[in-house]
Amino acid sequence: MLWQALTLGLGYNATLVTLGAAMLGIAAGATGVFLYLARRALVSDAIGHATLPGVVAGFLAMVVLGGDGRFLPGLMAGAAVSAGLGLLCVSWLTARTRLHEDAAIGAVLSVFFGAGVVLLTVVQGLDSGRQAGLETFLLGATAGMLRAEALSIAAGGAAVLALVVVLRRPMVLVAFDPQHAAGQGVNLRGVDLAMMGLALAVTVVGLKVVGVVLIVALLIIPPVAARLWSERVGIIVVLAGAFGGVSGYVGAAVSATAPDLPTGPLIVLTCFALFALSLLGAPARGVLAAGLRHWRFQRRVHLRQGLLALASGQPVYEPLTLRLLRRRGLVRADGVVTEAGRARAARARLDERRWQMLRSLPEFEAASARHDGLSPLSEVLTPDQLVALDRHLGPEGTV
Amino acid sequence: MTQEAMTMLPEPVRDRLVDESPLAIRGLTVSYGEKPAVFSVDVSFRAGKMTAIVGPNGAGKSTLLKAALGILRPLSGQVTAFGHPLDEMRARIAYVPQRASVDWEFPARVIDVVMMGLYRELGLLGRIRPRHRARAMDSLARVGMEGFATRQIGQLSGGQQQRVFLARALAQGADLYLLDEPFAGVDAATERAIIAVLKGLRDEGRTVVAVHHDLATVPAYFDRAFLLNVTAIAEGPVAEVMTEANLRAAYGGRLGPAQQAV
Repeated sequence: MLWQALTLGLGYNATLVTLGAAMLGIAAGATGVFLYLARRALVSDAIGHATLPGVVAGFLAMVVLGGDGRFLPGLMAGAAVSAGLGLLCVSWLTARTRLHEDAAIGAVLSVFFGAGVVLLTVVQGLDSGRQAGLETFLLGATAGMLRAEALSIAAGGAAVLALVVVLRRPMVLVAFDPQHAAGQGVNLRGVDLAMMGLALAVTVVGLKVVGVVLIVALLIIPPVAARLWSERVGIIVVLAGAFGGVSGYVGAAVSATAPDLPTGPLIVLTCFALFALSLLGAPARGVLAAGLRHWRFQRRVHLRQGLLALASGQPVYEPLTLRLLRRRGLVRADGVVTEAGRARAARARLDERRWQMLRSLPEFEAASARHDGLSPLSEVLTPDQLVALDRHLGPEGTV
Repeated sequence: MTQEAMTMLPEPVRDRLVDESPLAIRGLTVSYGEKPAVFSVDVSFRAGKMTAIVGPNGAGKSTLLKAALGILRPLSGQVTAFGHPLDEMRARIAYVPQRASVDWEFPARVIDVVMMGLYRELGLLGRIRPRHRARAMDSLARVGMEGFATRQIGQLSGGQQQRVFLARALAQGADLYLLDEPFAGVDAATERAIIAVLKGLRDEGRTVVAVHHDLATVPAYFDRAFLLNVTAIAEGPVAEVMTEANLRAAYGGRLGPAQQAV
């Protein structure tokens, strides 16, 4: 069953829902990168929670007008209005009072969500027939989703993604250096508004699938996971989109096999699994890679220091250094330096002198920035450069 | 004077009234709260010259630049660039903020930051073409950083960061360069490299205005000086501005022994 769901074998409707959730995830991940880089990610949490009163109010309004209270576009419109109000409150509190943004977010988030829960409870006490199911907007549910709903979610996600592509340059410019961006004539408020508008759009589109409480996770976790893999914004955006898309896809597929489970948490847990894998395994900033790098680096430092000590005829007492030297046959078990050890030590000393000279010469600045005290200069410089450097070193360079 | 009234004047008179200066500031007042940081400043920076904005800490030097560029909203005042409203002239103005104002852990390479100087030209969706990349590389070469193009910006030293910022401004190909403390916390080699680039810009006929902290180097580095302490004290050739009387007016009793040695 699960395999069928993952390979889109559960029928047309389930397939549409799964693809819609994937599209939503891609849009959320890509949008989230810009929120994360601009340090505005938590604002999306306020947006998410602030949608709830709007959802319930939208439901009530449609019932009062004699329509079907669960008509999704109507609920989305209500959500967008109240999230927009919440956003206005956050920016007003931040701009006009002495509150910092985090405090403003906390205040707005809890008040709006509280109001939403009260409204929701009142509505559930009413006897308007089909209000049961409104609480699925808290955590998201894809079971029984209509074809048109799935399609509109996919279309909404695609629209957000297109806007992200169009706005990526000003958003990066402002996130990195707002003053320079403003100097170039970029409208900072406009860009911020656009970014918040995108977050709001993701929240509203994801209402039914992820729910108001957890949408923030889909905006934050994929960018943070992607950041572990790359140092370039473009690549991070693509990766975050991919992580978000996979999460939406897998979460919705699993949810199709277990309709009792809310979809939002399944998506977020998938997302978290990708984050955990990235945290451990990413080659650039992952924990394992960093640990391994540190381990290797420490050994190279010890070996280098040991060799330099040998070169100047000093005794080596440090146990790790001694072990490394012995294991490489540079020092005998009784502590006497071997022939190979003497040769390596002389080479290390020459390298050290070359580095010292190089770092004092302005024409070698690019190379000097790569100084780690360890790399042999022959790996850093071309043979010609090495000859030029040795000329500065005088007779010592010809050792 | 209104625009219409202006056009009715005979041309020689009009030319004297329209300030063609690369950056002309009139009655600029900026205030954080009730206490003005910059008060009613009038100044026109001379084209084709290097001018230092000098004054004590808290004198409003950086604030003046930011407000002139519209980065901060002034309380009052009018700014023109090259005789036109500043917003129409942004392409010709490059601004170099203080390097400490950004997070250098941002995921970008040196070349990516320099390319940000091309934003006005590229727009939202313009394709990055080889000539754009070549211009960015040329700018890096001018500050002696061509070997760093693909380096992560987080790995740069303070002086290298400052030079990347300068390269970003160079890539823009502007006629007016506004720099906020370009020598703050950089090594001597970087200071020499930056001043050489700035003098090169001046010799090409471009205008350089820099907030500068070190009174001792003003005569060697700059043609002109603008002495500011909330209000404008004096503007003109360095030797005429940096007089004892003017410096006392700007610094009061706060001039340290090292600075008095000027």
